[in-house]
Amino acid sequence: MELSRRNFFKILGVTGASVVAVKGKARAWESKAPPDPFGCLVDLTRCIGCRKCEQACNDVNALPKPDRSFDDLTILDTKRRPDEKTFTIVNRYYPGKIDERDQLIPTFVKIQCMHCQDPACVSACIAGALTKKENGTVHYNVSKCIGCRYCMVACPFEIPAYEYFNPITPKVMKCTFCFDRISKEGGQPGCATICPVEAITFGKRNTLLKLAKKRIKENPADYIDQIYGENEVGGTSWMYISGVPFEKIGFNKLPSEPMPKLSETVQHSLFSYLWSPIALYGILGGIMWAFRNNGDNTEIENNGGAR
Amino acid sequence: MSHQAYPLRAKLWTPGVLVLSALMAIGAVIIVARFIGGIGYVSNLSTARPWGLWIGVDVASGVALAAGGFTTAFLAHILGRHTYEPVVRPALLTAMLGYTFVVLGLMVDIGRSWAIWKPMFNWNTNSVLFEVAMCVMFYVTVLYIEFIPAVVEQFKGKVNLPGLLGKLNAPSEFLMGLADRILGKIMWVFIIAGVVLSCMHQSSLGSLMLIAPTKLHPLWYTPMLPLLFLTSAIAVGYPMVVFEATIATTSMKLDSEMKVLAPLTRITILLLGLYMSLKIGDMVIRGTYVYLLDGTAQTNSFLIELGLGVILPWLLLLSKKVQTSRRGLFITCTLIVLGVLLNRINVFIVGYKPPLGDSSYFPAIGEILVTVGLIAALMFLYRFIITYLPVFSAPGKEVSS
Ligand code: SF4
Ligand code: SF4
Ligand code: SF4
Repeated sequence: MELSRRNFFKILGVTGASVVAVKGKARAWESKAPPDPFGCLVDLTRCIGCRKCEQACNDVNALPKPDRSFDDLTILDTKRRPDEKTFTIVNRYYPGKIDERDQLIPTFVKIQCMHCQDPACVSACIAGALTKKENGTVHYNVSKCIGCRYCMVACPFEIPAYEYFNPITPKVMKCTFCFDRISKEGGQPGCATICPVEAITFGKRNTLLKLAKKRIKENPADYIDQIYGENEVGGTSWMYISGVPFEKIGFNKLPSEPMPKLSETVQHSLFSYLWSPIALYGILGGIMWAFRNNGDNTEIENNGGAR
Repeated sequence: MSHQAYPLRAKLWTPGVLVLSALMAIGAVIIVARFIGGIGYVSNLSTARPWGLWIGVDVASGVALAAGGFTTAFLAHILGRHTYEPVVRPALLTAMLGYTFVVLGLMVDIGRSWAIWKPMFNWNTNSVLFEVAMCVMFYVTVLYIEFIPAVVEQFKGKVNLPGLLGKLNAPSEFLMGLADRILGKIMWVFIIAGVVLSCMHQSSLGSLMLIAPTKLHPLWYTPMLPLLFLTSAIAVGYPMVVFEATIATTSMKLDSEMKVLAPLTRITILLLGLYMSLKIGDMVIRGTYVYLLDGTAQTNSFLIELGLGVILPWLLLLSKKVQTSRRGLFITCTLIVLGVLLNRINVFIVGYKPPLGDSSYFPAIGEILVTVGLIAALMFLYRFIITYLPVFSAPGKEVSS
């Protein structure tokens, strides 16, 4: 363990310099959200639960045909989640409203990836296989993926699914926001174009926010005053307006802080430019040098004899 | 040094080792099944529960329980307390094997095992997992380098390969001579690096969950997770050394190393005390004690973790009677080890309850058999290596008495 005097001062110098260099550059966490992304506004007061969007999504993404046909509406009796063969699903809720004939009024909720503005999945991905694009999509590049599934752990909407039965080349599966389609001029997501009642509006997120606010303002009796996705986890590209409180129809309450903020702040304040490991290295080197002649070897002789 | 480590040269194929081999064989069969039918074929992992037993135990707990490697290296080589030298090599061996199996466990768990190298060329420095992976990669390398002297000591000047391989005798001798001369001079570089890398990824394993505040139970979710993971890893290092040294010396009929082990546990009073106060303080400040008596499985698991795994052993350590009894120390250290193990299981499995999807999860029999098989393989290799390489330095019982 020869740590010579010269080596020791070498480490000390590098340590000092690097700590000084970093102190000047440390900065607060900044959102990496694109300024003018596309989005979709889902108006739950309009949705009639026809499952046409599910079918369109299945078509445009060339997903495997489902066991039960898309015309089968009895499937709405069970609560479903998107999975590795289905990027979007519609669930039916009875939040308690009744019509004039005392019948419960259903609310239908379409679920898919929210394409968060500061996505947890993107921050988490070990290899940068997931990225947030300028046009708003959260895009998956399978060629970088190692299948660690940390994105699934991180996603607050529990969206990414996994091909658990593919032994060698499984993929993370989630709504693509029809990346290829909307990258073309005038292109729209499959689900938005098909909707017969225009429950899904595609457009720039900023425009959609204005539209949502307008609808809520003009029909205050029909809507609750909240746009789900405006502030949740720092904002999402997909947003919802509804006539019933979101907690009653399967939406979870989420903080308005972007999910990656805390972990990225911790990570970068500790490890940017590797300042803390370098400093620790220097300190340990110092300790090692200071104790280099700590001759308790005699002690061991005594102890050894006593054994 | 008066006490040279030496190969134990005991009988290898004892009944215990045969049991280990059987467990290894079963685990191997399941691993083959995983690579034929997919992860879903042998596990209960789902969309809501993408991480299960393999990440919670094979990876997270494996890393925590290998902490003896860097804590003893710090004590003996950085603080220069050479009295502790006899436990450094066994702890180093545990760490080396522990991390090797962490990597093997990962290879089974990740979907595209063949792509495991990709993060090296696709950096995402925002990702906590990226940092953990890089540290583990470098640390495994450091551990292997630190272990080279044990190999060199055994074979230098004695290389005598049979038949055709005989041609390799001279080159191997040369390499070992080279390693011997160079490593002695620069080993300090790796020793410090090992401690630094350990501190980095031990804490970052805790940071992994910071990104999922809505999923991890509030009893565990705290911004302090990285600090709690680091302090618990440091606290479990020496108890783990006591735990395995006691088992190894008993099963190999060696003189117990109480002279070295007893003072280690006195340091542990301090280290475990630090972890305990951080953990309890965090609970008090965040007010999460309100959950303590609500009777859910998670809360009970927390109570066991804190009560039996941290507070009880800490109190036991204070007692003079425990400090001087080999049995007492062993029981106490076992409690500490199990406490940290349960903590990792709690953070990654029990406390992880996603609110939307079907969050139920219990490891499938296949997952359990793989984990058991990997642990059996680790124990087998440990025994194999201490039999043929100089790791232990405690004299045999009959010699000393
Ligand atoms: S909803 Fe989940 S998967 Fe989709 S962008 Fe947000 S974090 Fe990623
Ligand atoms: S599973 Fe793939 S996409 Fe998800 S975090 Fe891991 S490497 Fe990234
Ligand atoms: S945006 Fe495209 S991928 Fe996403 S739910 Fe709609 S159709 Fe499916």
